[in-house]
Order: sequence, then C-alpha cells, then structure tokens
Amino acid sequence: MQPGEAVVARLGALAAAFRLQGGRAGVGELLLSVRALACVDSASREDSRLALRAVLCSTRGDIERFERAFAAVFGQPTPDVAQELKDLGQIEREALPRTAVPGSSQAPSGPQETVPAAWSEVEILREKDFARYSEREVALARELIARLARRGPMRLSRRTQAARRRSHAPDLRRIVRASLRTGGEPLQRSWRAPSLRPRQVVLVCDVSGSMAPYARMLLQYMQACVAARRRVEAFAFGTRLTRITQELAGRDPDRALERASTAVLDIAGGTRIGSALAELNRAHGRRLGRGSLVVILSDGWDRGDPELLGAEMARLRRTAHRLVWLNPLAAHPTYEPLTRGMRAAIPHTDRLLPGNSLASLEQLAVMLEEM
Amino acid sequence: MSLEPTGSVEAARAALASQGYLADRPLALALYLALELGQPLLLEGEAGVGKTEVARAYAQATRARLIRLQCHEGIDVHHALYDWDYSRQLLALRAAEGGLDEGELFSRRFLLRRPLLEALEAGPDQPVVVLIDEIDRADDEFEAFLLELLSDFQVTIPELGTIVATSPPLVVLTSNRTRELHDALKRRCLYHWIDYPTAEREREIVHIRVPGVPDQIATRVVQAVGRLREQSDLYKLPGVGETIVWARALLALDASAPLEESLGAVLKVHEDLVRVHQRGVLEGV
Repeated sequence: MQPGEAVVARLGALAAAFRLQGGRAGVGELLLSVRALACVDSASREDSRLALRAVLCSTRGDIERFERAFAAVFGQPTPDVAQELKDLGQIEREALPRTAVPGSSQAPSGPQETVPAAWSEVEILREKDFARYSEREVALARELIARLARRGPMRLSRRTQAARRRSHAPDLRRIVRASLRTGGEPLQRSWRAPSLRPRQVVLVCDVSGSMAPYARMLLQYMQACVAARRRVEAFAFGTRLTRITQELAGRDPDRALERASTAVLDIAGGTRIGSALAELNRAHGRRLGRGSLVVILSDGWDRGDPELLGAEMARLRRTAHRLVWLNPLAAHPTYEPLTRGMRAAIPHTDRLLPGNSLASLEQLAVMLEEM
Repeated sequence: MSLEPTGSVEAARAALASQGYLADRPLALALYLALELGQPLLLEGEAGVGKTEVARAYAQATRARLIRLQCHEGIDVHHALYDWDYSRQLLALRAAEGGLDEGELFSRRFLLRRPLLEALEAGPDQPVVVLIDEIDRADDEFEAFLLELLSDFQVTIPELGTIVATSPPLVVLTSNRTRELHDALKRRCLYHWIDYPTAEREREIVHIRVPGVPDQIATRVVQAVGRLREQSDLYKLPGVGETIVWARALLALDASAPLEESLGAVLKVHEDLVRVHQRGVLEGV
C-alpha cells in the first residue's frame, strides 16, 4: 500500500518541527516512520504517536522534543517551555561568555601580520590574568586554548595492541601467521600489550556572578576540550547544574558557546556549589563512572551549606579517579583557602591549581597527562 | 529463521506477560515495531527496571534461542564475533610439517564461534533473540563494529568473507547511560525509555514474581519503595528488582516485621541508609 501524499507531507512537517526542537531526523527516519505508521492502527492517535516516538527519538531528552513537535504538528496544546527562556530577558544574558571576533580595524590582515610580534603577544598573553583580557586577546588566545585542550589523561585499557618488546601476552595471531613461512615452526615471537585510551574527563564550571570574569575563558577551554577529545563531559552551575556537553560539541566554537549559554539559565547569579555537586552525584553519577577525572572550575564562593558541599565532595572523591579544583583566586601568591566553601572542599581534592591564565591551563594540561 | 511477527501490539504484550513480564503499552508497541520493521530495539532506563528481562521474557515466550552478549570494557571482535583457535592451528602446523597452506589454516575447522556469529548462523528453523547487554560499557570502536552488523545483519571475517544472516534476528540492546552512545548507532535502533512502574503495576509485578506473597507484603513494600523514590537526594534509588528482593526478604522474615530492619535489601549506599533512618521515611508503612 502506498502511503498517501498527505501523510508524507504531515510526517515531513513533524520531522521539521522535531529538528526545530533540536532533535535529529533525516530521510532515513522519515522513511522508517512511514513504514512504522503502516504497522499500527492508523485510527489510533495514541499508537501512531508511540510508533513515531520510537522511530524518531534516540535519547531520553528527545522524548520531550518529540512531544512538543508532535503537539505542534498534530494539535493538542502543551505549555510552551521555550517562552520561559525568552521571558528571562536580556539582563541575564549580558554576562554570558561572549566570544569575540577582533574588530575589523584591529584585525591583522593577511601579509601584514608579522610573526615575531604575534609570538611576543602570545607570550605576554600566557601570564596575563583572564579577567583583564580585551575582546581581541580573547580571540588571540583561542588557538592556544585549542592546543592545550587536546592534552588530557590516558589510562590502560583491557584492549591490547601489538608491542615491539617482550610484553605480558604472546601475540598468537602473528605467531601463527609467521610460522606459516617457517614450515610450521613458531620461530618468530610477537607480543601484545595493553593499549592506552583517553580517560574520561568531567569538567564542572562555576558560572555564577563572582566567576564572570573567568567563566568566558574557562568555558572556551571546556568547549575546546569537548571538541578535541573523546570522553569529555561538561557541566555548568550557578545555583543549579546544567549539562552542556552536547551544546558545546561541534566545530564552530562561537555557535557552541552560544548554545551553551542559552542552555544555562542561571549565569551570573548566586552560587550553591554543594547542591550543584549533589545533582552531579545523583543525576549524572553513572556518567562519571569509576575512573573519571573530575575538574571543578570555581572560586569557591559558596552561598550554600558548607556541610552539604563537604559531604558531596567526599562522595565525588570516592566515585572519581581524581578530583582537581581549579581556582582563579589561587593564583595570588598569598592565597589561602579561607572561604567557608573552599575550607569544606579542600580536604577532598587531590590537587588545587590556579585557573586564571593560559599558563595555569598549561599547568593543568601537564598535570592531566601525568595522572 | 526470523521470529514470526507477533501480529499486533497486544500479542507482543501477551507474549511478555506469559513469562511474568508486565509491559506497559509503549514498551509492547516498541517491541512489536522492532519485530515488524526488523530493527534493533535500544532500551534505556534506571538500574533495575527490567531492561534485560524484556529480551529474556520474549525469547522464552516465543521459544526462541536467547543469545546474550555481555559488554565490558575492552570487548572486541574476538570476544563478540569470532576468533581463531591459535593453539590448535600451531599444533596442526607442526603435525603437517608445513604442509598446510593458509586457506586450510584459516578455515572453519579452526574457527571459534562467539555469540554474535552463533546468532547470525543460527539454523533456518531456530529463531533467535540477540541481547547486547550494557552496550555503554564497550568502547567506540566496538560500537562502530556493531554498526555493520545492525544495519545489514552481516559481518565480514577477512579470512572467510562476508557472512549474512539467513534472516534477521530480533536484537535488543540495553544501556545504562554511563556514556552517550554514538548517534550513528542510535539512529539504527528504535528507542524506548523504561520508567519506574506505577504503584498498582508494581504490586502486580511483585505478585507475579514472588509467588504466594500475601497482599499485605506486596502493598507495604510497594508503598515503602514509592516513598524512597520520592527522596530526591538519595544517591541510588531502588528499582523494581530491589522491590522484588525486599518482598522476598519480608516473606522469609515475617509479614509484619519492621521494614527498617531489612532496608539493606534495597539501599546499598551508607549515606542513603542514614538519611532514611534519620528522617523516618518509612514510618507508618
């Protein structure tokens, strides 16, 4: 039976609405949904909805997107979630990390750019505090940040790879192959050794008001990490936690950061680190998994309950492989963790590093590689 | 032989129910579609909501052979699909004094068939349900390998050539979401999220899974688990599996035994136990 033109048109509209909500639906999904509809009772709205949902969705988040798209195309009003976002207004967005494109007057144009000048500029940039960056320097630093982001921790996997030297297990496959050439005598010996894999990294960035001068650069670093390495998870928090891994993924950093700042509703507001970590431990506890390296990027100014922060840090420490705290304030030579939040958190961190300049991010990259 | 399409959503639900698995309509429909369209079914949900059980129950109901592949860190083609029996190959080589050529050495005589190959080569009169359990524990490379298998139900073994399934089996994948699966893999699958059941449904499940349990116990346990799931700050919420274990525990103890005593059957994190005790969450159940 050929599906009617009208059905296909409606399904096309549904797929378009689903994409608009942020879902993914290509021609393959469209064809499959036509086939799926043919399998269920077309008179039943409920069954058609469930069938289409099973075809179009591929994550739990997709289900909500699908329901909105379905309601938009086939009626049945649902409360508009996107409206709440718009209602927030501009003020909250003001403090969002803006990635800068250098003004056209300052932009180095083609051949006029001299290498030594750029080099020295970058050198100065290395030590400069992120809070004092101009828009132009933000753009200049991008390249360096991207390079730093490629470096990260590795771990030994149970997968093996061929090894040059004598190692823990013989490579039977190769030995058999080689002995074919020597009349069945296994003369040549080969070995396999465990291979190295990227270790999961979880980056948790504080985007509350006090962190605003640093958050834009640290978010850039996070974006670069997500784009450059496998197995990176990114979260942002102020008073509540938002997962921004999917928002940050993608090749265009500007658009990624824009997506992320739309997703995080409490930028430049208050801080409740404890409850944010509580959410991380519960809703995303499995994502952290055993053996992931957790980096918290925050100045430790906490308005919440320090006892809660201590307890959640303890839990995080027990489930993670290593727990690192990156604090922009720690760059100051006389810095001591005196705020209530930092005092509660320090006993549970493996390392405390400054996170206020490119040099400190480099320090982080070196440390990650060693861990 | 592929599984007979069950014909309707109700039939799929009835098949599961015949093995004591009470599915709600969305799940039954997803399963029915997977059979009807010949597509793999990806099940996600909290721990202990019965993801694995779907495949097992359906296989039993239809007398299909259940082939289970438990994924783990570092799993590769040689664990999942095939391997060569190298020690026998070496022995054969020595015995033949080099008189064996490569074709003979890499023939089916020395082939070790792992679960997925077994599933592809199941005889024409043996329906098969393939369960790929906890796929999120495997790595990206293994996912990429599964792509070929799941899209065409065929695999290539370099020494033997391409092996095509005589007819596509039902494939059920489960994931605990310890990491996001690759989009390409997800797009080849139908998707269903298994939620916690309603209290009423959970009571029915307890009755079916713990035969002879008095209604008093089932009601108490389900009510208590419901209260625990409302405590949003527990690290690990109890799943349906825990409810069943708790009902069994009470059956062994005494129907009116205080629930706090056997709380260890459902909560396994020390902080959670302390919280529940302190707040008196279970008072009056």
